[in-house]
Amino acid sequence: MSTATMTLSHARIERSSRHTATIYLKEAKYEFLKNLRLRMYTASVLSFPIMFYVLFGLVLNSKAAISGTGMPTYLIATYGTFGVMGASLFGTAAGLSSDRGLGWLQVKRASPMPPFAYFAAKVVTSMIFSAIIVLALFTLGLTLGGVRMPVADFARLLGTLVVGSLPFSAMGLAVGYFAGPNSAPPTINLIYLPMSFCSGLWVPFMFLPKIVRQIALVLPPYHLSQLALGVVGAGAHQSNATHWEVLGAFTMICLGVARIGFQRDQEKMYG
Amino acid sequence: MIATMEQAQNAGTIRAELTVASLEGVNKNYGKVRALRGVDFRVRAGEIVALLGPNGAGKTTAVKLLLGLMPPNAGRVRVFGGDPTNPENRMRTGAMLQVGRVPETLRVREHIDLFSTYYPKPMSSAEVLAAAGLEKLSDRKFGELSGGQRQRVLFALAICGDPDLLFLDEPTAGLDVEARRLLWDEIRQLVGRGKTVLLTTHYLQEADALADRVAVINQGEIIAQGTPAEIKAQTSGKRIRCITSLTINSLRQIPGVTEVKEDREAVEIHASEAEPVVRELLARDATLYGLEITSAGLEEAFLALTQDGAKNGNHSN
Repeated sequence: MSTATMTLSHARIERSSRHTATIYLKEAKYEFLKNLRLRMYTASVLSFPIMFYVLFGLVLNSKAAISGTGMPTYLIATYGTFGVMGASLFGTAAGLSSDRGLGWLQVKRASPMPPFAYFAAKVVTSMIFSAIIVLALFTLGLTLGGVRMPVADFARLLGTLVVGSLPFSAMGLAVGYFAGPNSAPPTINLIYLPMSFCSGLWVPFMFLPKIVRQIALVLPPYHLSQLALGVVGAGAHQSNATHWEVLGAFTMICLGVARIGFQRDQEKMYG
Repeated sequence: MIATMEQAQNAGTIRAELTVASLEGVNKNYGKVRALRGVDFRVRAGEIVALLGPNGAGKTTAVKLLLGLMPPNAGRVRVFGGDPTNPENRMRTGAMLQVGRVPETLRVREHIDLFSTYYPKPMSSAEVLAAAGLEKLSDRKFGELSGGQRQRVLFALAICGDPDLLFLDEPTAGLDVEARRLLWDEIRQLVGRGKTVLLTTHYLQEADALADRVAVINQGEIIAQGTPAEIKAQTSGKRIRCITSLTINSLRQIPGVTEVKEDREAVEIHASEAEPVVRELLARDATLYGLEITSAGLEEAFLALTQDGAKNGNHSN
């Protein structure tokens, strides 16, 4: 019995590049809305850096200075780093591990969604939240902390922190691919809280014990915070290039891990 | 040889042979577990095919292979004549899979909007909402919906792209009777418009109610294929129901009896032929009453086939 088979040749089913761009935009828009409406996410990611900044930069220490930089200014850089790190890690890892573990990612993959759009949306959302955190810190610093900087410096600081959030988005993807839906948040906390402390994001770097300061040199948050501090003139005066290189290498490693997770997922049986 | 969908549906006899998707000699293993073993299975244009089997039979695995979510270990998977991992294929398919969690903070219309955007020629959102019975719920957040409503949203996401081929993996699992019937109606309406549907289920009545053709799968093998009537006919069994004082054990020993079940005060006896068994029953128990004799339904056929399949290992039709 000869069976005719339907083929692709008669149906022109392509997406124009404009259509593809629309997909990326909508994916990002809904990912952002989804997270924004998640009170748990928005509240914790925004409130911690802001709370700490208000407490340690405005209420206490507001008149202190470190190597000539006022505390309110100094802490924008460090809590800004802390904030974008949290926003990126939680924005990517928690959602990804949940989508994977509970089958939603499969539904997306079974659809014509370009897979890259999914990841791009998560990263873009994290960057937007990062920008919101930094801008909130700017506002507080300007209005209540007496922070004064040239506008160009504000812009550079914002740019540095938002771009610097990318390595942590990559890290979030790596964690998200290997953690389960329930273990992702505690895993993230277990990693990023000690990392933040040892990088001098809470207690300023020069007040940390010597051994901790040496550990910090291999920690990505240290490098990002040094870049941020460099913008406000309080860095340790190392070359910026070194810091970016460390962050870049870290990003590559994380993406590699994420990719292994991605390929491993293709073989897994769900449920 | 190569016909368009429209030609196929107009040319009656050609239509039945137009294969939209197929598994050819497919093996799929998860580690040591052989989820699919040498499966040959075709979905033809314009039909509703049900892949019927108990949990763990390999139904969802078959669907995932057809969706290109993973490759087979052996054999070939073809959808629209091409490799299912080709992203172009997905623009003509829609899938309703079993999901543990759907983003709950997005509204129904937002979910539909996003999925519709993936497709080159989606249905209008009004049409989708109507087809899935969601008109009044379009602004609700997913997290606020009941179980039946959530399934309808997943159904909406499967159909919103106006796909030619629809995969429904256990679409009514966990739904109450009313929600189930509603979804069945919606599925039937769709197929009336010329879609092809592959539906998996362990729920026999669903296969019977919806499918043009049923493939029974158990332990990774297709053990029977045919129309629901043909599958039923494959076990030429009878069901004898009566209220009797005879014990289950003695009933089991009557020649020709394949199974005996208790149903409250009555017994249900399965036998290949009714008459000899009934004669024996009446001879042994003069007080017997409430005698009913019916043909085996799809449930018996299914149980018989899956038990046979388990016993014989390589039994295939």
